[in-house]
Amino acid sequence: MPLEKDQTLLWALRTHFNLTGTKYGCGEGYCGACTVLMNNEAVRSCAIRMEEVAGKKITTIEGLSKNGKLHPVQQAFVDNDALQCGYCTPGMIMNAVGLLAKTPHPTREQIVEGMEDNLCRCGAHVRIIDAIESASKTM
Amino acid sequence: MKNEKYYRDEVPENNPTFEVDRRDFMKLLGGGLFIYFQLGDFLKGVSAEAEQRRSVPTDYNAFIHIAEDGKVTCLIGKIEMGQGIITSFPQMVADELDAPLNSIKMVMGDTELCPYDAGTWGSLSTRSLGPAMLAALAEARVVLLEMGAEQLGVGNDEVTAEDGVVFVKSNKSKKIGYGQLAQGKKIEKYLQVKPKMKDFSEYKIRGKSFNHVDAVAKVTGEAMYSGDFRMSGMLYAKILRPPSHGATLVSADTSEAEKMEGISVVRDKEMVAILHADPEKAEKALGKVKAEYKFDEMNVDDQTVFKHQLEFKSEGRVVKTVGDLETGKKNSDFIVESEFYNSYVAHAAMETHTALAFMEGEKVVVRASTQTPFGTQDGIARELGLSLDKVRVIPPFLGGGFGGKSAFRQAIEAARLAKLTGKPIMVHWTRKEEFFYDTFRPAAVVKITSGADKSGKIAMWDYNEYFAGSRGSETVYDVPNAKTTSYSAPDVHPFGTGAWRAPGNNTNTFARESQIDMMAAKLGVDPLDFRLKNLKDERMIGVLKAVADMVGWTPAKSPSGRGYGIACGFDAGAYVAHIAEVKVDKSTGKVQVVKVACAQDMGFCINPQGSIIQMEGCITMGMGYALTEEVKFTSGKIHTENFDSYQLPVFSWLPKIETRILDKMEAPQGGGEPGIICMGGVLANAIFDATGARLYQLPMTPERVLEALAKVK
Repeated sequence: MPLEKDQTLLWALRTHFNLTGTKYGCGEGYCGACTVLMNNEAVRSCAIRMEEVAGKKITTIEGLSKNGKLHPVQQAFVDNDALQCGYCTPGMIMNAVGLLAKTPHPTREQIVEGMEDNLCRCGAHVRIIDAIESASKTM
Repeated sequence: MKNEKYYRDEVPENNPTFEVDRRDFMKLLGGGLFIYFQLGDFLKGVSAEAEQRRSVPTDYNAFIHIAEDGKVTCLIGKIEMGQGIITSFPQMVADELDAPLNSIKMVMGDTELCPYDAGTWGSLSTRSLGPAMLAALAEARVVLLEMGAEQLGVGNDEVTAEDGVVFVKSNKSKKIGYGQLAQGKKIEKYLQVKPKMKDFSEYKIRGKSFNHVDAVAKVTGEAMYSGDFRMSGMLYAKILRPPSHGATLVSADTSEAEKMEGISVVRDKEMVAILHADPEKAEKALGKVKAEYKFDEMNVDDQTVFKHQLEFKSEGRVVKTVGDLETGKKNSDFIVESEFYNSYVAHAAMETHTALAFMEGEKVVVRASTQTPFGTQDGIARELGLSLDKVRVIPPFLGGGFGGKSAFRQAIEAARLAKLTGKPIMVHWTRKEEFFYDTFRPAAVVKITSGADKSGKIAMWDYNEYFAGSRGSETVYDVPNAKTTSYSAPDVHPFGTGAWRAPGNNTNTFARESQIDMMAAKLGVDPLDFRLKNLKDERMIGVLKAVADMVGWTPAKSPSGRGYGIACGFDAGAYVAHIAEVKVDKSTGKVQVVKVACAQDMGFCINPQGSIIQMEGCITMGMGYALTEEVKFTSGKIHTENFDSYQLPVFSWLPKIETRILDKMEAPQGGGEPGIICMGGVLANAIFDATGARLYQLPMTPERVLEALAKVK
């Protein structure tokens, strides 16, 4: 399928590039399930049009592990069992990676603030904070 | 309780179900003569009678298949939606079968491969399916032992099994593996006398903590949900939706939409669907459809709903009655009369309802996010006029369910369109569609009249719930004169309602535990003491004492100003008690939950860490319905369309959460729901303890807290 300028990054990733790890949750930027990195900054891919993406580097959840080794944030989510249904997990992880790129050693308060707009319905929040905190110590 | 961590030494499957076609399944099972249980002709067409015949099998061959390499495939009709049975079921299977844990693979919910199951709800997997499956596996284990003894040329009592290997007790080198015994075939041998399941004392793997086996797949994005499958020629379908429930389509002009490139329009009975390979193009074209509706709506909104419910003609059913209410009234020194309310609440799973349907010859195959694969199969068969063997439902991972994915409208839509067009059709609901078609937790009213004597014994309890559902409505307290009545009516709601995590029990526990607190306050006694004084059930007393111990409870009459609330309840076979601490901003009405402790008696706990995670999730999710979650509507029009107007719990809300599972050698009970039922009551009681303001309505929004504060003298 051809790419179009006014297509959202979310659906371009999911349909054109077949990168389905980036999830649709609300389509209006409220939930964060579609979070990816654009030039190392966490963005909501449902709110980005393809014309804004030109010349920028996009990283999705599929691009996070290197040579089969999980990214420290991914590993910390596994170790802390910081997920249930897993649907918000890619967006949580990408947002956390974006957060740690800006603030490598965040306080718990900074983690809460940085993750505030990412929604999880299962209630894995406590462990997600623990995971991000522990990841920040290993990076 | 032991809480050791064990890590599986194998990379887990990234998908709880395997590939689409049967050849792959045969490959997976290592070839062999695998005879799966027969659906048979009697299931053709759906009738109530046929439905009754669909039941959980007793033949262990329906649950497990042992491949030549010793790998055990466990087939169950349940699905994985985050509750974690993909992790805990292998523990049960491996333990009962004496097979290594890493040899167990799960195939879940595939209607063609797995034994029938009514649905994944009610925290029933472990407590209901578990025993049925384990009884079958106990037989399988003994059969394998006998087959092994025969092969090894020794008597049945001379062998034992460990890690999937049968060996001679006196000479461990004489052995044979399960894989060699079963050879990938159905095991033909059965026992006349069915053996007993293992005793708790024999458990080696059950009772130990394991991390989610699907975690790696879920952190890498490899885990497949219904919307993640791609097929050649697949089209997204966007379906015309009415503006409100009660609106009927009169006419639809699709001519403008049809002019758009690559669009095809399907019209079938009431359905108008726009198809395109790009969902956003389909959505855009759908916006160009001009539709007219006629309206037949109920005169009710989110403000008038409780009045509407109490005036609605409903039928009362006595759930339970003991003693005589009039006698109880006479024996009471004081009476407390209250009405409690709660609004409609959405499931709001992060994954919206999604389904991919495609034709395989005459058969329609549907990958659907559903908690009821077999119910979905029935529904599609009925709607499309197909026999059950022409409908296959395969649920991949679900992005949350909470009861909401017991409804499967999206799967029927996808199946209809696939059959009409012959193409693979993806229906992936938008968040607005999700809020519109969600089967909300019902709005409800509870009226309680209760009385106690001066000594603090409850003498009477007259409990009437309207439209909440009766689960959890019976009082857990020991009251000599008590009556519980449940009122229902089929058409009271202007839109669909359904089961929402511990259905009925959230409303009922909120009402009961608030009322109990009000009685304790009236008596001027500590709310924990008052509860203990009126309880006989040792297990309920056990969880209350445990949670009091966790926080170091010191008795005080409420309102003490400390902001401590307490509540207890019973759900899905499990006992729970919560203590919460809150801070209330008296100028804004905003409630900050500082701490929640929860003690749970769920019988024997298979995977303590998995259960603790469920308790944490229940506490976190439960803060939402207690404090903010409320669907706004005017008759059939749903104003709540996205998360900007529906506030879920977020990170900044997080209290300190403490959990304790009581160590019990009793039958395992449910764990996915109990921890959520007390959240309304425990927070209402904590707000009262902090401020003296009593909240009668959920959610306890800042506005309602301010209103209640204004009434405090």
